[in-house]
Amino acid sequence: MMDIVTPGYMPHEALFPIVVDAMFTKNFLLVMFLGLCSFVGLTTNSETSKGMSMAVTFVMTMSAILTWPIFYYLLKPNHLMFLQTICFILVIASFVQLVEFIIHRYSPPLYRSLGIYLPLISTNCAVLGVVLLNVKEDFSYGASIVYAFGAGLGYSWVMLATAAVREKLIMRGVDLFNGFIGAFFAAMMMALIVVSYFSVVKL
Amino acid sequence: MSPEMMQLVPPAIAVLGGLGFAMAAMLVWASKAFYVETDPLVDALIELMPGANCGACGFPGCADCAEHIVAGDVTPDVCTSCDAERFELIGELLGIEISTAEPTYPVILCQGGTNCKDRYDYIGADTCRAAILLAGTRKACSYGCIGLGDCVRACMFDAIEIADNGLPRIKKYNCKGCGSCVRECPQQVLTIAKEHGPVYVVCSSHDKGKYVKEICEFGCIGCGICKKNCPEGAIKLVKALAVIDQEKCTQCGTCIDVCPRNAIVKL
Repeated sequence: MMDIVTPGYMPHEALFPIVVDAMFTKNFLLVMFLGLCSFVGLTTNSETSKGMSMAVTFVMTMSAILTWPIFYYLLKPNHLMFLQTICFILVIASFVQLVEFIIHRYSPPLYRSLGIYLPLISTNCAVLGVVLLNVKEDFSYGASIVYAFGAGLGYSWVMLATAAVREKLIMRGVDLFNGFIGAFFAAMMMALIVVSYFSVVKL
Repeated sequence: MSPEMMQLVPPAIAVLGGLGFAMAAMLVWASKAFYVETDPLVDALIELMPGANCGACGFPGCADCAEHIVAGDVTPDVCTSCDAERFELIGELLGIEISTAEPTYPVILCQGGTNCKDRYDYIGADTCRAAILLAGTRKACSYGCIGLGDCVRACMFDAIEIADNGLPRIKKYNCKGCGSCVRECPQQVLTIAKEHGPVYVVCSSHDKGKYVKEICEFGCIGCGICKKNCPEGAIKLVKALAVIDQEKCTQCGTCIDVCPRNAIVKL
């Protein structure tokens, strides 16, 4: 089981396996346990989880686009790879802030629905995880963008599925599964499905 | 520190410092370029609004309502949650006189509750909507109040409770007349009414008279006695239910006296 839990070798440039990996086999929420605070906090309601998923997918993709050149043209030639974490956080947070300014100005309705989630995810570990993994796996520019987008999609489907399950549980008044227990229970079931299915079906 | 590491210090400072400076400069520029002006008057008004976000004014929340008030689209009296004291403060801020509308309250158009027979014993989630989803209403009357308190939970002011007779009771002292409960009720047995005067048929059943008589002590059976006796011709029968035209009604109370089922009341 270990080779499934720890992100290992991924075939480069074959984009489809990269997407499937990011969405299912190495799903950020279910398998790598990244971004769990937003997962537990925002899945009580489909509407908020939808907004959060959209925001996370967008920020992940854009972070990959922004951080790849910084790493390969700024850090690596100067042997400053140990600065990657702080540099990536700096770039992602600034970028999120910039996006917030722009949509506040040009699209107030989008700001109202998305705006409250953007500051939340500027330091989300899942977003940072994507860009650090991109570096770790030596992805090319194109592959890193595809991987980040796939990771966003993987985050989204788990968020939406869990929100649906939790809403149903709350509607049915199953007290045992309200709150965190319900979220973790639903997550456990989905994680089992994802892990065991893809340990049988090899890509 | 080894000499190799010392060599890394200047580029590290340059890269991180440069990156930080570039990002800061970009954000400073962006905050100027994309500056959104907020009206200080709107901010002050949002502070004064009740903040319940009940939606009775027709806007998504108090902040939205405040924007429209300052823009002059609506007058502050669209807010039903403000009391006179708050209106005075808002009027002071905006420099206008606000005429407060007559307070309104929800009316429950059902006298069933424990007076109405149950169709089955319901055990399950404590919401009216869940009860309807299971097998229609748990009461024999498919039009009446279910009494599981969706309205109670919808109320932001703790102004409704389920009384001993199985029906919601309005605590008028707390009620702001925002209508959240009216919008929430799946049976639509609640309606908003002025505090004094109007006469209401407090029954929603369109069932035939014989059936209503069997299951409920107070339900309207559609006998039409009120219609015959109304001096203004303000009552008509809609599918075995008396309906009062509030425009024509003069609140004389004749129908209340003649109703054999005590299904008409004056508030």
